[in-house]
Amino acid sequence: MRNTLWRWGGGTVAIVLSIVVFIVPFVFIFLTASKTQQEASLLEFTLPTQWAFFENLVAVVQTRDYVLLRAFVNSTILTVAAVAIMVVLSAMVGYVLQRRRSRWNPLVNGLVLAGLIIPPAVVPTIWVLQGLELFKTLPGLIAVHVAFGVPFCVLLFRAFVSTIPKELDEAAIIDGAGSVRLFFRVVFPLLKSVIVTVIVVQAVFVFNDFTYALYFLPGDENATVQLTTYNFQAQSVSSLNLLFMDILLITVPPLIMYIFFNRQIVAGMTAGSVKG
Amino acid sequence: MTTLTARPGADTAGPDQGRDAAGKKRKGIKSPYPLWFYMPAGVFYVILFLVPTGASLYFSLTRWTLFEQEFIGLDNFVQFFREQALVQGFINTFIYAFLTSGLKVVLGMLLGVFLTSQIIARGFLRSVVFFPVLVSTIGVGITFEVLMNPFDGLINQTLAAIGIQGPGWLTDPQWALLSVALVDVWKGVGLATLIFIAGIVAIPQEYFEAARVDGASSWKNFWHITLPLARPATATVVTLSLIGGLRSFDLIWAMTGGGPGFTSDVIASVIYKQYQAGFYGLSTAGNVVLFVVVAALIVPLQAWLNRGEKDA
Repeated sequence: MRNTLWRWGGGTVAIVLSIVVFIVPFVFIFLTASKTQQEASLLEFTLPTQWAFFENLVAVVQTRDYVLLRAFVNSTILTVAAVAIMVVLSAMVGYVLQRRRSRWNPLVNGLVLAGLIIPPAVVPTIWVLQGLELFKTLPGLIAVHVAFGVPFCVLLFRAFVSTIPKELDEAAIIDGAGSVRLFFRVVFPLLKSVIVTVIVVQAVFVFNDFTYALYFLPGDENATVQLTTYNFQAQSVSSLNLLFMDILLITVPPLIMYIFFNRQIVAGMTAGSVKG
Repeated sequence: MTTLTARPGADTAGPDQGRDAAGKKRKGIKSPYPLWFYMPAGVFYVILFLVPTGASLYFSLTRWTLFEQEFIGLDNFVQFFREQALVQGFINTFIYAFLTSGLKVVLGMLLGVFLTSQIIARGFLRSVVFFPVLVSTIGVGITFEVLMNPFDGLINQTLAAIGIQGPGWLTDPQWALLSVALVDVWKGVGLATLIFIAGIVAIPQEYFEAARVDGASSWKNFWHITLPLARPATATVVTLSLIGGLRSFDLIWAMTGGGPGFTSDVIASVIYKQYQAGFYGLSTAGNVVLFVVVAALIVPLQAWLNRGEKDA
């Protein structure tokens, strides 16, 4: 009796609350993005009297000579390249770190922890990037993301490699596989599930990143989508409908990721919570 | 830097002096787990993370324009702790971090317990609570900036409808930092909830069954079983949200830009402002301060949380 009340009553109250607290802001984004400029400026939570969704979509894409399209291309290149490099390099580290006991292990483990905790020093990083002539370039930002993202990925890979039986390695070695072939042909494919997790989590992170882009790839012409949104806000306060259309557009990729990779995202983000 | 990048090469020069277990078994055969696997990732990490972090210690003691630097000792730090605007940012960092972290732990724990109990639409609720974690911080910031508009914003309009005069969330100096912190909690509580759910689900059911036999109330269940046994999850949430809170920049920057005045500035936004203004030395000093603050809080906290775990 009490349980049924809790089950339905508690559940219903929670659904209503969650809609008010968590869904209304997203509906607001969508509604404002569908309004005309005049109506959007009233900031009201109402249905548009005149739906202008597609007009706004076209307008925002065409703004300033298709800057948003270029930003999407940039963000895609950034995300794909940074995540791809991160995955391969961290898998190599996590694998050797778990498999081989050497005197470097404490140092590498310490560096991984340091990378997770220490906030990056911004201006000195710019100084290094400038020395490498990578400041304000996409490759520079990719490299920065790799450097800052590797520690987290190494943690996940190290934990997962421990679940792969060592006998497999030994069998491959007896069959004459060298260390490179052993890793890339035998072990790497077995990491598939954790690789998907790492890819999804890091892709969402890199795509959503604003801070690093602001510091290491500033400017307007060559921006990432997050920067474009920010610049858009700074420049055209009056056309809220277009601003919110922009927000809607940059919300869609993570939403798609979430729909398809729900389980992996949850696994990656809660990794370590049980073991501590 | 040179010693570190040289390290894997130096080691393969004298391969496996019986140090690792695998090498021992097959004497004379090279280890199948080469240390140079560390190198590619190490290059990125060392050049773009370790070197700048080390260099920041020096550059924080200089007046610096990227092209020339002048050694000025601790002047930057003196200025950091003397100028009112910068001190405010320093204090705000702690307020912001403790507030967001505390709320995420409490709300995340409550939601975690609630969403593991027998209610309808659990899957839906979990997804809804978690989704903001994945959304762009800038997008969230701008959206809430509009929702928190003191006159026409949805929040104050709603409050007015039930007869409450809402504050100027982001325009009132008293509220600005708090409002941003609340939005941070809105965005981040889903992650805390998920971590707690993972921790709670991992508790063996036997404990609850035994408690039920003994006639324990649900409050006692929570206090004596869930809370202590979900401790690793609590530790993770505290650590993650504290690190995140201390470093937080993008949400604050998108919503208030540190304003009104400098009432919602934190160290991270001070770093950016000083960088923009061309005071690279001062900005880097801010980075060092942030580094020290994070290390001084997180390292003892970690040690304490881990030691407690072994006792339990």
